[in-house]
Amino acid sequence: MQNIMFWTCATFAIFASALCISAKNPIRAVLSLIATFLATAVCWLMLEAEFLAATLVLVYVGAVMVLFLFVVMMLDIGPATLRARFTRWFPIGVALAAGLFAAIYAILRKAAGTLTAHENLLSYAAEVSNTEMLGKLVFTNYLLQFEVAGIILLVAIIAAIGLIYRGPQARKVQRIAEQVAVDPKMRVRLVDGA
Amino acid sequence: MQNYIIFSTLLFAIGIAGLFINRKNIIILLMCLEIILLAVNTNFIIFAKAWGDIAGQAIVFFVMTVAAAESAIGLALVVLIFRDKHSISVDQLNQLNG
Repeated sequence: MQNIMFWTCATFAIFASALCISAKNPIRAVLSLIATFLATAVCWLMLEAEFLAATLVLVYVGAVMVLFLFVVMMLDIGPATLRARFTRWFPIGVALAAGLFAAIYAILRKAAGTLTAHENLLSYAAEVSNTEMLGKLVFTNYLLQFEVAGIILLVAIIAAIGLIYRGPQARKVQRIAEQVAVDPKMRVRLVDGA
Repeated sequence: MQNYIIFSTLLFAIGIAGLFINRKNIIILLMCLEIILLAVNTNFIIFAKAWGDIAGQAIVFFVMTVAAAESAIGLALVVLIFRDKHSISVDQLNQLNG
């Protein structure tokens, strides 16, 4: 049962990600990436990472991919610019990807081979939920990293806003500094009454 | 176990291939980065389960934080590039003559 579930979701994720990198339409790419995330979240669930699976759906599908969709829809990318996509880099990319796959798989299989003996023995404690374990770990051993992660997010917010913001464009605003700095001589001209 | 490793490695390879294929659209390049990070996170979770050590999942948590920050800033840069050049093709980013 678990095997069938895994193969279904894994195949779905692989196909969706292949569709994502080869899609002509950016919207279609975003949607297939969402499908990839959802299928992978199911795989994470089967690996007993329930909290992270939920986070993947909430944060990635719910926030990051919506941001991607916003940007794709905001930028008016003409279809002409998207033509001629399979460039001279295509064979190099595929060859490199295949080589990387072979190399990484060989290494990881060796690493995994050393621990298949006690694979079934080690299961997370059944009476404690995944979220509780992760929370305890993050708020004790990884407290500093947790705080740094918060600062990184703050910096990202400020950087993104600072990059995009270009001041008021179409609306009228008061320039308070100029108002305060104004001199009566600039506004009032005394004329001779005679 | 083996199957999961095949899955994550395949995802990683697809992400790398996507970086090379898509030269016309920086947004899709950013999405390929997301695929690669997803593959890496999956690997962390696989080995966290295999070793029975939940620290791997904590690291995935932080990687996701950084990835979210990265995509937010990356998309802001994409918008800036589009404002400047009215195109988001990688081939047009040659101002530094690299």
